[in-house]
Amino acid sequence: MNAVTAKQDSSAGELDRLAELAEDVIRRCRAAGASQAEVAASIDTGLSVSVRLGEVETVERTRDRGFGITVYFGQRKGSASTADLQPDSIEASIRQACAIARYTEEDPAAGLADAALMAREFPELDLWHPWDIDVERASALGVEIEDAGRAVPRISNSEGAAVQAGETLAVYANSHGFVGRERGTRHMLSCALIAEDDAGMQRDYWYDTVRAAADFMPAAELGRKAAERTVARLGAQRLTTRQCPVLFVPEVARSLVGHLVSAVSGGALYRKASFLLDHAGRQVLPPFVDIVERPHLARGHGSTAFDAEGVATRESPLVAGGVLQRYVLGSYSARKLGLASTANAGGIHNLVVAPGSDDFAALLQRMGTGLVVTEVMGQGVSIVTGDYSRGAAGFWVENGEIAYPVEEITIAANLRDMFAGIVAVGRDVDPRSHILTGSILVERMTVAGE
Amino acid sequence: MSQPIHEPHETSPTMDGLIALAEQRLLRPGGLAAGDLERVFAQLMGPSIDAADLYFQHSRSESWALEDGIVKEGHHSIEQGVGVRAIAGERTGFAYSDEIVLPQLVEAARAARAIAHGGNGAGRPLALRDARALYPPVDPIESLDNADKIAVLREIDAYCRAQDPRVSQVVVSIAAALDTVLVAASSGTLAADVRPLVRFNVQVIVERNGRREQGHAGGGGRFDYRELLANGKPQAWAREAVRQALVNLEAVDAPAGTMTVVLGPGWPGVLLHEAIGHGLEGDFNRKGTSAFAGRMGQRVASGLVTVVDDGTLPGRRGSLSVDDEGTPSACTTLIENGVLAGYMQDTMNARLMGMQPTGNGRRESFAHLPMPRMTNTYMRAGESDPEEILRSVKRGLYAVNFGGGQVDITNGKFVFSASEAYLIEDGKVTRPVKGATLVGSGPEVLTRVSMVGNDLALDEGVGVCGKDGQSVPVGVGQPTLRVDGMTVGGTAA
Repeated sequence: MNAVTAKQDSSAGELDRLAELAEDVIRRCRAAGASQAEVAASIDTGLSVSVRLGEVETVERTRDRGFGITVYFGQRKGSASTADLQPDSIEASIRQACAIARYTEEDPAAGLADAALMAREFPELDLWHPWDIDVERASALGVEIEDAGRAVPRISNSEGAAVQAGETLAVYANSHGFVGRERGTRHMLSCALIAEDDAGMQRDYWYDTVRAAADFMPAAELGRKAAERTVARLGAQRLTTRQCPVLFVPEVARSLVGHLVSAVSGGALYRKASFLLDHAGRQVLPPFVDIVERPHLARGHGSTAFDAEGVATRESPLVAGGVLQRYVLGSYSARKLGLASTANAGGIHNLVVAPGSDDFAALLQRMGTGLVVTEVMGQGVSIVTGDYSRGAAGFWVENGEIAYPVEEITIAANLRDMFAGIVAVGRDVDPRSHILTGSILVERMTVAGE
Repeated sequence: MSQPIHEPHETSPTMDGLIALAEQRLLRPGGLAAGDLERVFAQLMGPSIDAADLYFQHSRSESWALEDGIVKEGHHSIEQGVGVRAIAGERTGFAYSDEIVLPQLVEAARAARAIAHGGNGAGRPLALRDARALYPPVDPIESLDNADKIAVLREIDAYCRAQDPRVSQVVVSIAAALDTVLVAASSGTLAADVRPLVRFNVQVIVERNGRREQGHAGGGGRFDYRELLANGKPQAWAREAVRQALVNLEAVDAPAGTMTVVLGPGWPGVLLHEAIGHGLEGDFNRKGTSAFAGRMGQRVASGLVTVVDDGTLPGRRGSLSVDDEGTPSACTTLIENGVLAGYMQDTMNARLMGMQPTGNGRRESFAHLPMPRMTNTYMRAGESDPEEILRSVKRGLYAVNFGGGQVDITNGKFVFSASEAYLIEDGKVTRPVKGATLVGSGPEVLTRVSMVGNDLALDEGVGVCGKDGQSVPVGVGQPTLRVDGMTVGGTAA
């Protein structure tokens, strides 16, 4: 038996024990008088090694556990969690959850998701690829990444490179008799470097995150990419205040998609805390934009057969031809809105923005003269009003060519206008997230600077 | 906005008493005693290890939330474990366990020390580290009956709705936590702390002719629910949340461009946290990655500016009797009359830089490594009357409340987002404007401070600071400030 198989076997057994514990706790909650109960339990283990200036800086071994219990006494709810699985802590959590449910009030929308919605099929999503790496090899890999970056001219210092291997075992079970087991791995490589010139220092980074270590970009390429991004920021200027087109690179563009998801999520809608209230069936993006949720993507970062309430996930359009097809709902917000769950308790499970035909260079040409945003800073986004005002850094572009780096500016507009003003989506999709999008070109925003 | 600093509590527990409490809560359930810790150090230390520590923690917390007029959520959580760290030169080995028993401790010690080669230390016998307690070792969760917690939430919901018919949604929450920690370090430090923390939040949405705006307010600190809820404070926060939301209903587009900005007292001190605070944390300066690295003794601010990080304020959210390495907290002057005067240090960075620890070694939990972090960071009061500061501005922005901020340590660029702001026209505060992000450069912005008010206020006790994925509670504060030239990220010409 090789090491990988041995590991799979032990994780399967550990997952079974976690599932047995979850079912046992549900029985005990029911015995304590709960009409419904659910448990979400997880065990995360990992190794994290960071190197800096060619030497190991930290070695961390992680093992985090979580065990969350929710009980319903009719329409009254109580919840408790513990970060260890010792019998005393579990017992105290059951007691506390039940005690809390004596004080919370009747909530007509409270309760488990409908039993009929529970997942019955568990497709193989190819999420379990333990990375059999030890401290020595992780250190060597980190040094290789960092060395490749430090070899790039004008790199003067380093914040280091990190190598992380992680495994998650998770169980969701409820008193409908549903027990969902999930095993997933997630590994990461990252590097952050510093370049310096007469005007001062600049820092930037790059990372890759994958389900299977075989899918990583080559280590040296990652280090060089971090270095090139850092050096490209040297000599950054400010801009005068103006209005211009803005091109968001994919890793920033996905935050715009994230704002769309927030604005059509049940919690924001039933609280009337969204600028996209009552927009299902309405045009929110230009007609060429399609967005589909695809929860069963092989090795996907957000892939899952069931949501945080056990509801079966399935492929489902969110935006078609720019028209909002549905909201993003768990069973609670669905009941509040008089709608059906969209299997989005706990969030969205892989959102794919259909790529356009332009690569990044073609998008620059298309923009002509404007701003490329490679970083946004701060929290200046209001989902209630759609007002958007964030710090930014990136590059000024003239006639389709990058002219110089820019920093210490803001970009502002209303998200409603930004969404309507999307001119193009690139085909340069960033695979490192559960939101998969290329660059997004927005027709016009206010840039504030000098 | 202003809130008086708490008076010291009369019943200050001694370190002996805290150690006894911590032993009982942390060690005894697993059959351990303080004497066993020396055996773990025997595993952990060796000729190659410079320093090592054990951090035992037990946390218990709860929260209650009302929404739609119903107290619909209540949650209780428990977290306990021990973190084991071994340091050799600039290398750190770290492991932790959520079971506080000897075999797990020894195993974690073995994993942590595996990083070591080089170094020179051996452990010293453990001795009590003395420190004054800045808060009582009370369990805030038990300080109020559950029924009374519910009653407060319902009362504030009704109170908000009674303030104005345009209030359409109210979310109120209260939360409490009790953290018990015990630190044993190879330097001989043995220290314990029992840290209460409570928090109250209210958020409202108001609606008029289809336009919706929100406002929020809240406060907290290291005391119990009774103190949190005393003297009409929840009602005052509720009025503040409603007032802010109604102001935002009238707000017009914020201006865009560089202009004079007057920052109000209290929470706008988040400026200091972002613009200079992070850049003066020891780790970034040891590594030479901060825009402030190597600038000690240089002028980085107007002569009107003195900024401190003060972990010693009794009862404040950011305060600590001892930090997470057992070092008593301190009041560290960061900028004195405009000149860079000090860094914030944990033990490792202090040792590597040949400086003294300043009581800023903090960690989110036993499962995280300590690093230099802020406590309560604020600017000392100046002499100007706040009214006079506003009158001095021909055209500018008056920003009185903020959301969060962020900084790039290396190039010093920072942002923070105003949630309540007004135009200043001819020395008068006129129309409210929509929230906008302000950007600046840390090493420059304080050189443009031209007036400092006499109205120092600390925030209400709601700050959370994130660094390397770890969150810790912090405080900020400042008097009214005039800054000549900050970039305001609005949309209006």
